[in-house]
Amino acid sequence: MNFLLINFFLISLLLVTTFFIFKTTSLISVVALTGAFTLLCSAIYVNLDAVDVAFTEAAVGSGISTILMVMAAAKLPEGKKNKLINLFPSIILAVSISLILIIIIANLPLLGDPNAPIHLHVVPEYLKESKDFFHIPNVVTNILASYRGFDTLGETIVIFTAGLGVIALLTSNTLNRKTNFKKNNKKNER
Amino acid sequence: MVGGLFIIITSQNYLKKVVGLAIFQTAVFVFFVSLAKVLDGTAPILTKMENAYSNPLPHVLILTAIVVGVATSALGLALVLQIYRNYETIEEKEIQSLELKTDK
Repeated sequence: MNFLLINFFLISLLLVTTFFIFKTTSLISVVALTGAFTLLCSAIYVNLDAVDVAFTEAAVGSGISTILMVMAAAKLPEGKKNKLINLFPSIILAVSISLILIIIIANLPLLGDPNAPIHLHVVPEYLKESKDFFHIPNVVTNILASYRGFDTLGETIVIFTAGLGVIALLTSNTLNRKTNFKKNNKKNER
Repeated sequence: MVGGLFIIITSQNYLKKVVGLAIFQTAVFVFFVSLAKVLDGTAPILTKMENAYSNPLPHVLILTAIVVGVATSALGLALVLQIYRNYETIEEKEIQSLELKTDK
């Protein structure tokens, strides 16, 4: 019961944070609120017994990504208070998607049910055997590095590609768009 | 999650769209981790006592996904910076009107 109460409280805090991110126009406060959002998420993970995920979220999601966003927001101009676009269709989309999700969630097993199908397939073997195989008590580490090692390799490749993409984007001067665009603008002004 | 989608569609500022994407992702992560919860279970670190443990498999998936998500948002931020260098604005409407001007 206590667990559910804490969870409910944290999730309502998340909703409040989302609402304020939606409302604010100043970029730096949007970034700060995003950091708060991910930190709240890591609190939820601790509550849901996912300590490894909480570590990663606090370090990577709340640390590194907030730093990146602050660096970006420092170079960008202040946000302006503009009218919202596509307001009506997006309300319809949001309401219909949340209805579909609620219908689907009603069909899922209850939260914390130990006999749900997700807990019955390969996981009992992982929990039983992994300590004898690898001598590491943390099952998450065992699965991440051994049973699903290729997934982690793929993840590293994805991050490497993303890093290459960021470097290519930030250093490229070959886009040529800027010069053309400025010339055209000057012509128009004349 | 729907809130994140809503921000992506309705905001004009590109940085806010990237933030909306991050919120969307994080909501899906919370959903995944909530599937792994077992009542009265503990974190999946084996001890000598016989306990019920939470399901470690979604945790592993989400660990991978969080890191990939940060890579995605870094790429998105780099794109936004490049757009700002070329157009000197990151508001969608202004870019549209500038484009229309140059076409004429």
